[in-house]
Amino acid sequence: MTKAILGKKLGMTQVFTEDGLLVPVTVVEAGPCVVTQVKTPEKDGYSAIQVGFEDIPERLLNKPLKGHFDKAKVPYKRYLRELRVSNIGDYKVGSQIKADIFSKGDRVDVTGYTKGKGFTGNIKRWNHSRGPESHGSKYHRGPGSMGSNTFPGRVLKTKKLPGRMGVERVTIQNLEVVKVDPEKNLLLIKGAVPGPKGALLVIKETVKQAAKK
Amino acid sequence: MDIIKAIESEQIRKDIPEFNVGDTVRVYVKVVEGNRQRLQAFEGVVIQKKNGGIRETFTVRRVSYGVGVERTFPLHSPMIDHIEVIRKGKVRRAKLFYLRNRVGKATKIREKGF
Repeated sequence: MTKAILGKKLGMTQVFTEDGLLVPVTVVEAGPCVVTQVKTPEKDGYSAIQVGFEDIPERLLNKPLKGHFDKAKVPYKRYLRELRVSNIGDYKVGSQIKADIFSKGDRVDVTGYTKGKGFTGNIKRWNHSRGPESHGSKYHRGPGSMGSNTFPGRVLKTKKLPGRMGVERVTIQNLEVVKVDPEKNLLLIKGAVPGPKGALLVIKETVKQAAKK
Repeated sequence: MDIIKAIESEQIRKDIPEFNVGDTVRVYVKVVEGNRQRLQAFEGVVIQKKNGGIRETFTVRRVSYGVGVERTFPLHSPMIDHIEVIRKGKVRRAKLFYLRNRVGKATKIREKGF
């Protein structure tokens, strides 16, 4: 069975394990999600479920979206995301997905969008090293050589240059679930996950084979 | 933020006695040997307290066999069985790092008067 849920990053803290180890954790408000649509190979050509997360008032919806929610007879949700699952038979429109699908010790992959860094130079964006600060140096934080001369007569593609950094879809694989609180819909995941506080995350069972039972 | 504060306050231990920098304390640490657990005491002067909340730590310094030993413990760690405050010291610094450069009588700390 494929396990997946939507969540919201709340922030980071530390918790003690029973062995007395202090582990860094990210607190994620995971679910409750509601299934708004089930996609089948017969009708849609592939199997997936569409789930909604976080309640919103009706006035924030446009008419087509409102119709979509009304057709499924589910409450209005802020986020709609599709999750590719193999076992669509287990899901019905309107059924809920809660944080208790995961248990302590599970390994998960967390997908999110990283924090935006704006327009950044080469040192921050590509981890280049900087030039000398003094002793007559006129090269401080530059991007380096642009390439050869007459041949090829242009700057090669993929040349690392300044530009916008961040706001990139990133998946962190094989993170450990340290604690699950089903009443408060909380997941405590070891380590850092992409994005700022309040960011939407997709939490899936890990694709790493070694961590699976 | 409140959820994170709740998670942190859940783990804060209320059975830890109050002590300050300059006090002499005896920390009973749980030591796991194989599948057996026993208590090990570490006695010395508290030379610093750092951070707050669940992240609070304190450092205890003692001189054993002529060698200075410092151990830093997370204050709310479950590995600490209990802490005994042996002596209240009167100091005028928040961090007693100057003790590292002193030996013998010069490391004495005056007891807190009432």
